[in-house]
Amino acid sequence: MQKAIITVVGRNKRGIIARVSTKLADEQIDVLDITQTIIQGYFNMMMIVDMDCCKKDFALIADEMDVIGTELGVQIKCQLESIFDKMHRL
Amino acid sequence: MINIQEVFETNAMIEKENLDVRTITMGINLLDCATDDVHTTCRNIYERISQRAKNLVRVGEEISRELAVPIVNKRISITPISLVCGTCCHTVDDYLQVSLTLDRVADEVGINFLGGFSALVEKGMTKSDELLIRSIPECLAQTQRICSSVCVGSTRTGINMDAVRLMGETIVKAAQLSKDNDSLSCAKLVVLCNAPDDNPFMAGAFHGVTEADAIINVGVSGPGVVNHVLRQIPDADFEELCETIKKTAFKITRVGQLVAQEASRRLGVPFGIIDLSLAPTPAAGDSVAEILEAIGVDCVGAPGTTAALALLNDQVKKGGIMASSYVGGLSGAFIPVSEDMGMVAAVEKGSLSIEKLEAMTCVCSVGLDMIAIPGDTPASTISGIIADEAAIGMINQKTTAVRILPVVGKGVGDRIDLGGLLGNAPIMPVNTFGCGRFINRGGRIPAPIHSFKN
Repeated sequence: MQKAIITVVGRNKRGIIARVSTKLADEQIDVLDITQTIIQGYFNMMMIVDMDCCKKDFALIADEMDVIGTELGVQIKCQLESIFDKMHRL
Repeated sequence: MINIQEVFETNAMIEKENLDVRTITMGINLLDCATDDVHTTCRNIYERISQRAKNLVRVGEEISRELAVPIVNKRISITPISLVCGTCCHTVDDYLQVSLTLDRVADEVGINFLGGFSALVEKGMTKSDELLIRSIPECLAQTQRICSSVCVGSTRTGINMDAVRLMGETIVKAAQLSKDNDSLSCAKLVVLCNAPDDNPFMAGAFHGVTEADAIINVGVSGPGVVNHVLRQIPDADFEELCETIKKTAFKITRVGQLVAQEASRRLGVPFGIIDLSLAPTPAAGDSVAEILEAIGVDCVGAPGTTAALALLNDQVKKGGIMASSYVGGLSGAFIPVSEDMGMVAAVEKGSLSIEKLEAMTCVCSVGLDMIAIPGDTPASTISGIIADEAAIGMINQKTTAVRILPVVGKGVGDRIDLGGLLGNAPIMPVNTFGCGRFINRGGRIPAPIHSFKN
């Protein structure tokens, strides 16, 4: 399974999760886990997703998520899970 | 499963604390490119490098995009050219042809530096070695991406003082031939003792003869990350301080290990080593000097600096070695002056001298690095500086190096600006008492005794 981590950080507004989730569904990306909080008006979300059924290149998805982030006024990053796994797990 | 705090910690390191992978360096063996004709050898070298490294930059950029971690440099190290071209190069012009070929192929594969225009002369110089060394100033002046290194000593063989003398003269000439660019050529020329075969960092990278046909070596970095965590614990005792550095080095190195494994897999080239060095950049906060100040000295150069650096270097190794399957290269904190804003500030405040930097090189990698000195410094004095550093390396069984810029037309009080990662620096004063009689004796310093260590 190719897992990725999507993080969304920025000022809270309506529809952030809806927009991100719709995009993921459109690309056949399966959401495995979501953690989300709002701290002092700032929206923080992390999604763990499975990209096995996604047809597009990882870099293209990352670029498209970046564009959606710009439209929503938040920062969206899409990264392979391996960087976090390597850094924080033995 | 990974949690949100861990994810945000990693991303803060990348976005706010300058965590990056400093270099993916592909080592390429050129020994079998050798022929007795310089044009044929150049063609073989060109084809070998362009074939082996054609995907290096693309793969580096892909990995960087997918992990969202910067991979700053993609580079190549090659077999020391004096070994490859000994038979076919009979004049400085022949070596110039080789260096122009290397520069062209480096440009075409998209890398920023290629290291290995080198000679290993720690015990003696062949005619080919000497010719290569004499060609270095011209070759560096006429190329953009070539880095050159000469190993003049080792713990096993002693120090080749004839080579030390020649390198003093070579550095002066390299400075003169690049005088219109603040003697920039000297930033691409390093003199080593105990040179490692698998160093991914420039200017001293070359692909040693103990290596396979091709290899991927990765240099990690992250002074900004270490600096940031130490600023959170200003009053911790040494136990907590050391544990914190060790854990941080572990995390930084794991990123390098991941990048190295991915690059190796995607390029079909074996993984060689991770180099655990803390390499500063001129960027704000990405400074080894600031780490030493976070540890507790008011300004780098103050009493305590050498001990703080020894502690830092050792803890980085302890954390990093656990994080990587193979460690090699230089592996230690780098203390260049021009590339580290904190070091530059310490020089300007009058806290940091060449003599203190020399003491610091006894406990860390790698040596007197990126130091601008007056352009009228005699070649024999530069040789004396090289000999001192080589002696530290030889006796202490460690790599040491000198990368020093006698900037033509400038003196103490002036500055140079080399641009980019090479940074800028004030000209530092050099002891004006001479050492010409010492340097001009000729011959070599015998290998040191390996017992009775005190």
